[in-house]
Amino acid sequence: MTVNVAQRVDLEVVSEIIPPRVKVLDVGCGEGELLQLLQETRQVDGRGVEISQRGVNECVARGLSVIQGDADTDLVFYPDKGFDFVVLSQTLQATRNPRRVLEELLRIGDRAIVSFPNFGHWKVRFSLFFNGRMPVTKDLPYSWYDTPNIHFCTIRDFVSLCDEIGAKVERATALDVNGKKIRFSMPWWFWNFFGQQAVFLLKR
Amino acid sequence: MAAARALKSRNEVENPTSKVLKFGADKPLALAAGVMLSPFQIAYQTYGTLNEARSNAILVCHALTGDQHVANDNPVTGKPGWWDVLIGPGKIIDTDRFFVICSNVIGGCLGSTGPASINPATDKPYGLDLPVITIKDMVRAQAMLVDHFGIDRLFCVLGGSMGGMQVLEWAASYPERVFSALPIAAGARHSAQNIAFNEVGRQAVMADPDWHGGTYFETGKRPEKGLAVARMAAHITYLSEAALHRKFGRNLQDRDALTFGFDADFQIESYLRHQGMTFVDRFDANSYLYLTRAMDYFDLAADHGGLLANAFVGTSTRFCLVSFTSDWLFPTEESRAVVHALNAAGASVSFVEIETDRGHDAFLLDEPELFAAINGFLRSAARARGLEEL
Repeated sequence: MTVNVAQRVDLEVVSEIIPPRVKVLDVGCGEGELLQLLQETRQVDGRGVEISQRGVNECVARGLSVIQGDADTDLVFYPDKGFDFVVLSQTLQATRNPRRVLEELLRIGDRAIVSFPNFGHWKVRFSLFFNGRMPVTKDLPYSWYDTPNIHFCTIRDFVSLCDEIGAKVERATALDVNGKKIRFSMPWWFWNFFGQQAVFLLKR
Repeated sequence: MAAARALKSRNEVENPTSKVLKFGADKPLALAAGVMLSPFQIAYQTYGTLNEARSNAILVCHALTGDQHVANDNPVTGKPGWWDVLIGPGKIIDTDRFFVICSNVIGGCLGSTGPASINPATDKPYGLDLPVITIKDMVRAQAMLVDHFGIDRLFCVLGGSMGGMQVLEWAASYPERVFSALPIAAGARHSAQNIAFNEVGRQAVMADPDWHGGTYFETGKRPEKGLAVARMAAHITYLSEAALHRKFGRNLQDRDALTFGFDADFQIESYLRHQGMTFVDRFDANSYLYLTRAMDYFDLAADHGGLLANAFVGTSTRFCLVSFTSDWLFPTEESRAVVHALNAAGASVSFVEIETDRGHDAFLLDEPELFAAINGFLRSAARARGLEEL
């Protein structure tokens, strides 16, 4: 099981947000690290959706309630407000229609937690500016032609999408390269420049 | 030997080598066909011990040609139980820990009332006088058996294929009595293609002159040819093209060249003929008609206003579905339809698709990923049910 820095930080930040004994859907749950953590430390009623069959089989063998599914196509099968929290961790940028996925999350869950890599981070900007090439970093290790991440956005892009679809940002956390939280008092442009990861708590 | 097996199988109908629960006139079975079946009996096996709280019972539902001998040597064939790889002391379904029940379905031919059973009204085998049996009828009878043990809620109901249909019916009909449900290689309805395959099998049986409109017991002959052909055709649907090619290819059977005749030149022909021949010794032709019909009639959505999700509204049962990539009898899409319905109903559901070329029959085989899924699901369900780990 490989958990990279972004995922590890996600686990911590997301689990801080979620209160005990709520009903949680983890969309793109991988091998179930977050669900397991939430079940053990928060006693949540957790479910998962994962696109890779290998990940699903691993989750079920670990006793988690997970199905194979695609965030782009399979969220429509869930009823309105069936969950207290729906988590989309490091997956938004890999969906075909991020806007619709986000709307589905807000329909299914009372609240949605979305985390994603920030394409506005200074390293990304510098790489593009100085090298003139699509950035390849430790946390975004793919070349442009084989990346599953087809819809990158910056923190400001994401905030403006939230405005557009009427999602209220209840809480936002930006993390720097070391996974440390950036002070909340900083303005958006600062977050957008120095935040490598972002975690948003949304409600509609 | 074949004759001895056939005789043994005949004897199993009235006096099976297993426990039998008889229901008299006071406890008829209300059939979906609109009539009461009475008297009737259920032949069953149990393994392990029911705990004091009666919370550790697992009901195993068998497939079309299976029986109650899930984890002991079969009294007719002498072979190990059909899910012996999964169920037993120390195995994934640990009989040191769980109380496992498996009963022969109503309509079957190994001790539960079926078309080969004696009709008390005529003192002859029912034959086609037995009303058509449905999956719901089988499940209702099983519920009466479970009542007999004083079990309010089964810890798990599981089964593959027709057994999986029964699991879904259990979850829909008695949601409060099913803590967890594990339907494998199944679906919420029989597809047109599956009905078509079954119809070929039934026509093969009925086209055999020895079938005699289902009254063959009186003639001393049985429609062996027809039933064997039915089995041969069905058997192909339990495998996959890839598995057949891997196992047999175009290999010749005990010969170096084609014979330019209609003997079993190819290994696959010989294999199928063997499958057909051994099947007729252990299975009743009329039972085959009844049970295939039960599968054809199964349509859980139709029973719930046309919307499958309605079958599961408000359920607290924990579900785990399993399908196999090469299963063309119950392809993954059939399981996925059930998963989507369960999602819509807000149910707790896991779904595993296992990559294998072994086709539909993979559920009966030693598939490590299947076992890992069953194990993970049962362990977490057991924790939720408060069953102690040994």
